[in-house]
Formats: sequence, structure tokens, C-alpha cells
Amino acid sequence: MASPVTPTPLLKDELDIVIPTIRNLDFLEMWRPFFQQYHLIIVQDGDPSKVIKVPQGFDYELYNRNDINRILGPKASCISFKDSACRCFGYMVSKKKYIFTIDDDCFVAKDPSGNDINALEQHIKNLLSPSTPFFFNTLYDPYREGTDFVRGYPFSLREGVPTAVSHGLWLNIPDYDAPTQLVKPRERNTRFVDAVLTIPKGTLFPMCGMNLAFDRELIGPAMYFGLMGDGQPIGRYDDMWAGWCIKVICDHLGWGVKTGLPYIWHSKASNPFVNLKKEYKGIYWQEELIPFFQAAVLPKECTTVQSCYKELSKQVKAKLGKVDDYFIKLADAMVTWIDAWDELNPSGQLPNGKSRSHSASVPAAAKATNSDSIVE
Amino acid sequence: MSNRCPPSLLSLAIDATLYNFHNISSDLSFLPEHILIDLFLRTLKAGKLTPRILKLFLATGKEEILSMIQALNIQLVLTPVLPTTSVKDNEVDIVIGAFRSDLTSFMEEWRPIFSRFHIIVVKDPDLKELKIPEGFDVRVYTESDIVKVVGSSKASLFSGYSSRYFGYLVSNRKYIISIDDDCSPAKTQNGELVDIVAQHLNNLKTPATPFFFNTLYDPYQKGSDFVRGYPFSLRSGVPCALSCGLWLNLADYDAPTQALKPDMRNTRYIDAVMTVPLKSMMPMSGVNIAFDRELVGPAMIPALKLAKEGKVRWETMEDVWCGLVVKTVCDHLKLGVKSGTPYVWRNEKGSAIDSLKKEWEGVKLMEDVLPFFETLRLSPLAVTAEECVVEIAAAVKERLGSAHTSTAETMVEWVKLWKAVRS
Repeated sequence: MASPVTPTPLLKDELDIVIPTIRNLDFLEMWRPFFQQYHLIIVQDGDPSKVIKVPQGFDYELYNRNDINRILGPKASCISFKDSACRCFGYMVSKKKYIFTIDDDCFVAKDPSGNDINALEQHIKNLLSPSTPFFFNTLYDPYREGTDFVRGYPFSLREGVPTAVSHGLWLNIPDYDAPTQLVKPRERNTRFVDAVLTIPKGTLFPMCGMNLAFDRELIGPAMYFGLMGDGQPIGRYDDMWAGWCIKVICDHLGWGVKTGLPYIWHSKASNPFVNLKKEYKGIYWQEELIPFFQAAVLPKECTTVQSCYKELSKQVKAKLGKVDDYFIKLADAMVTWIDAWDELNPSGQLPNGKSRSHSASVPAAAKATNSDSIVE
Repeated sequence: MSNRCPPSLLSLAIDATLYNFHNISSDLSFLPEHILIDLFLRTLKAGKLTPRILKLFLATGKEEILSMIQALNIQLVLTPVLPTTSVKDNEVDIVIGAFRSDLTSFMEEWRPIFSRFHIIVVKDPDLKELKIPEGFDVRVYTESDIVKVVGSSKASLFSGYSSRYFGYLVSNRKYIISIDDDCSPAKTQNGELVDIVAQHLNNLKTPATPFFFNTLYDPYQKGSDFVRGYPFSLRSGVPCALSCGLWLNLADYDAPTQALKPDMRNTRYIDAVMTVPLKSMMPMSGVNIAFDRELVGPAMIPALKLAKEGKVRWETMEDVWCGLVVKTVCDHLKLGVKSGTPYVWRNEKGSAIDSLKKEWEGVKLMEDVLPFFETLRLSPLAVTAEECVVEIAAAVKERLGSAHTSTAETMVEWVKLWKAVRS
């Protein structure tokens, strides 16, 4: 007797899709069957006077640089410009429990049977089932259909812990750094690995923001994508930075990070020479950053994400400030980010329920929706 | 002055065909026989005779080609998954602990993959007889052989699931591959046999990456690499000492799990192998493993035997304990452990419910043992696997209480035996 398969909940009122873009959103057409029911938060990077056309029928709010400046005021300095790192502004203004973020050059992939992969559904499955960071299960995610914990897996650890992050992968153009891209320009990722697994506690990983979902209520404040792009000495390390921070914090607070399915189809290989210029400093700095994060210890008193993050920013300033002044700026920006997050996401109810003018309920002028629903 | 004649139109045409052979799938029989022969010889010389191209030539039905193929003894065999590293026959020992008296069907199934290699079969002392088919380079060790090597007092170490460790002890090859005798070769999604020897050796001969997780899994596999954000200083990796494979059909679940889901079968072929990160503990399953005997042989210990250990995997934990020790040793010595492919097909055997009825010590064991391993730290003085095992044994004795004193003592015995056999 096969066990009944429970359908995955849609969570359409509990999940926002955050998309950074500087070009256009044509890719949404392909995602329409999977995304149309969800609310989109578009973060428009680059020239705010450009009009980004959103395909018909999507419910969305859109923020350009002017909106970001208006909403955050002086705190807007923590949001990157001319880099997809600006997407984290979308996390901040969202009011939903879950976030799924995807790049505008990512399309629907096909599984080995030729069926379209509903990436969002898989991310939801990953987030709604527990993680197992304390002991490695050789059959990977034991909560998936058709698999379980293997012999020898301690029973006391089989309940798992809440999953904070679901990190998806990419077929076609793999997420390689510039040097690898230069050496292997033709390599394509064709291997469909039908697995999801929890990254063990104490292990860091390179988190890619192209196909990522997370529980915003759990880990949102730590998903700051750093200072990148215009005016900054580094690019293409935004998601890496966030990934190292969230992993240290998740390890500390006892939450899980999963990686593996779902796959999306990554269509565009960015220019490796441009990438090399952006990543150059990062390639050297990462040698200092990894030992820093590997050794980072958060005190027991840090029991909230915000306090963990602020503590981390102190350690960044103290220990990485010597590597480059950039990290002093970054540490300050991390604090600014948390302050901005807390302002936009007050934990208590405001007196008489009135929303504040610089909260996410933005005046209609900056928001153009095609549907009648309004975000709060 | 060079006397070379310019190439003829024919030879240019043959060169072009060779170059484009990957695109040619049409019938070759329209070619005149002498040209076909030329093409065949050139293909051989260029080393481009793949099974697909061989089939094209065979399909022409031309007599000379067919007789040439026969004369050269070219055979179209069921091709296992081609290894990316070449395997030298004399570097591998295949070790089987025999629980069943008739290994004929088992060995026949594995013949295409095992026949090149030396095989050590260790007969479980409870078995009356052992039948092995012809055509293998196999050495069988029985109870009396074991007694001869280790003495009668130590022989009990090598009974039941631990009998195979005797094979590890007496082997003098670099790599050991060991599977249970109730496994058959698995098939990939393309229907090809999974060559576990080639794949295990590929895992062992390519570096492991325990210090940072690569999201595209083993970066040394073909078609994969390190992703953006992976520190360059960590890209040379460390030697891989242990390769843990997986199982299709009957996965290695414990008795309660299998009893609860009696029809659950593992049908998912996950095409990945990855390094188990530093400090991350895992349950090693002895059903399908391979290791570098020179690096971690002494740490592959047959130390833990449940009081009621049986003849099915649901009634043993020897491999799980061994795995925790090996992982600790590897973490300390900066060696790697990989998990994932290759798969074997595990056949039905035993009853989970019957195993459940026996007192399940194994469950309680893991609860006590895991915190121990998580906090275990070895001293910088332990620089070999032997030294690590001795330190772990001392820690076991000190911290895990009287229930595990014999385990600790066995570990020390094992190291002594290991050294003695090698001297």
C-alpha cells in the first residue's frame, strides 16, 4: 500500500517572489503557470527613469532607486546600486513569511523525463519539511517521498530542525567564477542530481542568489546582500556574503539550510572579463573571509537573528577591518540594514493600526499593479 | 628534402570521416569493401573504435570486416560505465564476507566487473561449505586460516559481519572494495551496468573537499567544477580515504523503518558523489564501501559487535561504529570521505519485523555514542591511523563506560594485529 502523497500547499498568500532587474521581465512569461498566483516584488536597479514593463496579469509592486531612497532615507546607503544585491530591499519590504528570489535570466528547466520543473513548489517542499544538520543522512533529505533515515541514524535526531533556507541549483550555465568561466567557456551543467540535502552544521557553502528561497520570518534580517556594484570595490559576492552570514547564524540558532533541487535553467553566461574585474578583490579577500566565518562564534546571549547579525557586524569590523577599509564600511552597512529592517518590520502592533509613511505600504505612485489587490 | 607525397583524395575522405564519426550513424554498407577496410584500420589506429562505431562496421555484414574483427578478437561486450581514471588490476582487492554457502549466482552476476581483480572471500565460521564458480582469481579464507594468522583467542573477532575485516588485514593491495553477498550490480538510467570498482576508485583517486561545501557536489567529476565563491586555496583538496556507495531497491534502513514501510524501495538513482564535510558524522553502511587501505586500513575496525548480532544488516551496527571511527580519523588526519555513487542493487533478504523482535541495542547505542564522537578531539601527536585509533580507544574506555570496555580493547587488539601482520 503506497502512502498517500499530500499535495504541496501553494502558500500564495504567504510567499513573495522578489526579482531584481535592470533590463526587462520577459522571462516571466515562461514562469507564468507557476508564478501567476503569487505576489511579485520587483526591485528595479539602475536608471529609475526607465520603465520596466511587467507582463500582464501579474500582481506586483515595483521599487526603483527613487523609491528606495524615499522609503529608507539616509539608510538607503546600505542598498547596493548597479548590482543585483539590491534585491535584498525586496526582502525588507515584503510582509510575507516566505521569499523566493530568482534572476531574470533563469527559466523553467526540464527534469530527465522531460517535464517542466515547478521550482517554486520544490522550494516550498524544502522549506516546509525539517532539516537534519546534526548528522549526515547518506540518502540525503529523509523527508522526501520514497526515502528515509538510514540505519544508524540516531532516533533522537529524526525530528529535525526548522528549515530556514532552500538553495536551488542551475542547469545549463553553471554558477562558475570568472577564472573558471575563462578556462571552461563551453562547460554546461547537464547533470540532474535528484537530491536535496541539509548542509551540515559547521560547514560553510557558496550560496547563489539566482534560485533561492527562505523563511523570511526566521532568517530574513540576516539576508543582507552587502555593498556591491557602483562605488564599491567588489561585485558578485553579494549572495556569497549573505550565505556565510546566514549559515553561521542558522548554525547558532539551530536551523537548517538545504541545497539541491530544484533546478532552473540558467540561460545567460555573463561576460567573464567583466566578471573578473568585479570578482578580482573577492578572490583574494575570500581567503581571509572563509577562516573568519569558520571561526566565528556567536555568544549565547544572541538569541535573535538581529542580535546575531549585529554581533557579526562587530566581529567583521574588528577582524576584517584590517584586510580592507571596505569591511569597515560593510560592517556599518550591516548595522544600518538591521536598523532599517526593524523600522520597516516593527515587531509589535502600532497604536490604532495606522501604517507608517515609510513602511512598505508605499503610496500608489511608486507601485503599479495590474490587479486590484494592494499590498496592505 | 621531404619525399612526402601529398595526401590522396581517398585518404582525405577517410580522415574527414574519422573526424566526423560521432555524427555518422547511417549504414556504411554502400562503401566499397576496400575503402571500408581502410576506414576500419584507420579507426583502429586512431583509437576511435567505440562500441557504437563497431556496431556500424558489423552492420555492413561485409565478410572481410567481420573476419578482421574476429581475428583481432574485438568483442562487443556489455560496457560498464566508463571510468575516468584507469584502474590497475593489481592495486585492488575485492573482499567479500560470505554468509551464504553458494556464491555462484552472486559471483556470476558480478563477473563482468570483478573478473579482472583478485578477490578475497572470508568464510563466516558458521558456514559449513562454500561454493565459488570457476574463472576468478579468488582466495578463500576459512576459520582455520584465521586461527593460523591471529591465533585462536582472537579468531572470534572475525565472525559474522566482521569476518570481512580479516580480508582487510591480510590484503596487501592499496585499495579494497567490499560489498555484502546479497548485492547485485545496479543499472544506470541508460541500462548500463554500474561498474562499482571503477567508480569507487574514481572517488578514491580524486581529491575530496571536506573544508567547504561545493554546491555542484564532487568538483572532480567530469562536467563539474568548483562554483563561484569556493576559495581557491581549498581547491586542491585532500586525499580521499573512504568511498561510501549507495543501494537501489532495498536501501540500508534500520528494522523499525523498514517494518513501518515494508513496501518502500529505493528507486531513485541520484547521480552524484560528494565529500562528507569536516566534523560531520555519518552512518557508514558496510553494504557497499571502498577504502584506501594504506591510508586508513587500521581504522577500519571490527570492534563493535552487538550481543545479538545476526546475519542480516538489521541486526548489526559494526559498520556504523567503524564509520564513526574512520570519519574521526579522517577528519583529524585531513583525509576525505565521499558518499554517493556508485550504487549496488540490494536484494531482498530477511524480515525487518523478525529483526525488530530482537532486542534493539543498536538504537540506544547511537544515542550514547554520537555525543561522544562530536566532542572527541585527538591530540596533535596522533599522525597515523594506528595512533588515532589507539587514542580513540582510550577515550572510549574513559568516557563511554563499562558497556564499551570490550570495544575499546578490541580496537587496541586490532591495531596490534595490524602491525603484527605487516611485520
